[in-house]
Order: sequence, then C-alpha cells, then structure tokens
Amino acid sequence: MNNNDDKLIIGGHEFNSRFILGSGKYSLKLIESAVRDAGAEIITLAVRRANTKDNESILDYIPKGVTLLPNTSGARNAEEAVRIARLARELGCGDFVKIEIMRDSKYLLPDNYETIKATEILAKEGFVVMPYMYPDLNVARDLVNAGAAAVMPLASPIGSNKGLATKEFIQILIDEIDLPIIVDAGIGRPSQACEAMEMGAAAIMANTALATAGNLPLMASAFRQAIEAGRKAYLSGIGRVLVRGASASDPLTGFLHD
Amino acid sequence: MVKINGTEYDIAGKTLAEYLETTSYDPKRIAVERNGEIVPKAEYGKTVLNDEDTVEVVSFVGGG
Repeated sequence: MNNNDDKLIIGGHEFNSRFILGSGKYSLKLIESAVRDAGAEIITLAVRRANTKDNESILDYIPKGVTLLPNTSGARNAEEAVRIARLARELGCGDFVKIEIMRDSKYLLPDNYETIKATEILAKEGFVVMPYMYPDLNVARDLVNAGAAAVMPLASPIGSNKGLATKEFIQILIDEIDLPIIVDAGIGRPSQACEAMEMGAAAIMANTALATAGNLPLMASAFRQAIEAGRKAYLSGIGRVLVRGASASDPLTGFLHD
Repeated sequence: MVKINGTEYDIAGKTLAEYLETTSYDPKRIAVERNGEIVPKAEYGKTVLNDEDTVEVVSFVGGG
C-alpha cells in the first residue's frame, strides 16, 4: 500500500496524520511548533467560562487548516455534555466533538452509560461524535449503534503517562469494532504509542505526555515518528512469534566445519 | 440582578450586546447561553436581559 493512500477517516473526513494533539497544560506559544512537529491535523480544546481580563484566544495560536476537536470536559452527565457540545459548535469551529463525561475526580474515569446517551443525542444533531470511553466491547457496540464516528478507549488514567494498562481490551475493540479505534489517555511514551499502532489502533491522542516532557516539540516529533512506525508495522503484517526454540536467520548450510 | 458566569450584575433591562460592549470579550471568540438556551450572535442586540437571568459566556481554552 502506498502511504499516501492510507487515510484516517472520521465521519467522512480524511486525515493523513494519525496523531491527535491535546492543547492543555502548556503555553499557547508552544502550540504552533507542537502542531508542526507532531504533524497533527486534529487538535483538542476545552470549553470554559470566558475570561474577562485576558482576551487572548487559543484559536489565534492554532495554524489554519487544523481540525478543532472540542471536548466536553467538565460534564458530569449526558445532559451537561450535550450542552457543552452545543456551545462548542456555537463557537463556530465545526461539528467535531469528543465526549468526555466523568463523575469521579480521583481517577477521571469516563462514565460509559452517560457517554452512550450523549453520543446518541449529538449524532442525531449532526455532530461528528468521538466518545472517550472505558474499553468495554458491549459499550463500544452501543456507541456504534448510537452513531459514533470513532471510539476512543483509554490506555490508562488521564494524565498518568502509564501506558497501555488496558491493552487486551483495546485489542478486542480493534478486532471487533468497525470504526476507527483511537487510543486516548494515559499514553506516556512514543514506544507505547507505537505499540498501540502496531496492534491496529487507528490513531493516538496525547496531551500530558507532551506537556510534561522536557522539550515539548522534540517529544511531539518523537511521537509522530513512533506512530508512523507503528502504523507501517501494522500495515506490513507483523512477523510471527515462536512459542519455543529458535529459528536461524542465517543459511543452515556451508558451515566452516564438517 | 443578572448572574453572568457566576457573578451578579445590576444590568436587568440592558441588551446582551450592551453588556458585552462593557467587557473585553471578543464577540467572534465567545458563545453565550441564557437560562440554558444558546443565544445566536445575530440576536445579541435584541436579547434583553431580565432580572434573575443566568448567563454563561464561554470560549475555547487548551485541553485534552
């Protein structure tokens, strides 16, 4: 397969990049270089009460052509998520929304039940709905039926940088769900992003891994390369694992002894 | 009193547009909700704020 033909398709929109970038917890001045070095075509945002003192807008720092993916963070149930999504759309930056509903502030785990409800309402209103969820096959199927455009299972708790704690369950979603599976939350290192891509994830979303790195643009570039490497490995078909023993890579004839 | 983003203001009778002119908000970068309903930008000028209205003015910020 030619790499140029390998598109990520979300709700009918095509993307070349498989790295969704978060914009939280770092300086607005770093956003442009982060987007560039990540090669990102989608960036997430949050909706909050507008600040009267500081009228600087994050939108002025995001390069043109990048798709905005507002999240519904702060929502504690479906109703609040729907409200935030509608406000985000009123802000005039498209129809994409990442549903994020949490009842618990210690582990920040998504409420799958409320997430399904919000997905159904927002998909009917024409949003491109990307629900963040705890990886559960039954819930993923319900999200498909509710009209989701992608499914975003968590790898480990938000902001933890702990990597693929839910690996086996994400693999089940990749194998069984006919929508892009985008691994979101908890990916802390490029190697973890690469591993998820090798498994067949459609894309990776990362924020804290970059925001807490020593050199953010350099880490963005490292993630980009890891995601691309993992994608190529997945597309190429990964070699088998021997259960026992070894298999020589060198010819088994012509040895320099009898 | 009109409650805007959690703070009460003595501006009942003014329009939303009149209130926004007294702030440093960039109208292109905000969305407004009154009593749970979104107010389209075109209606800021004819939306009169009533006593006990609850208004939210929101914008995008960095987030994951």
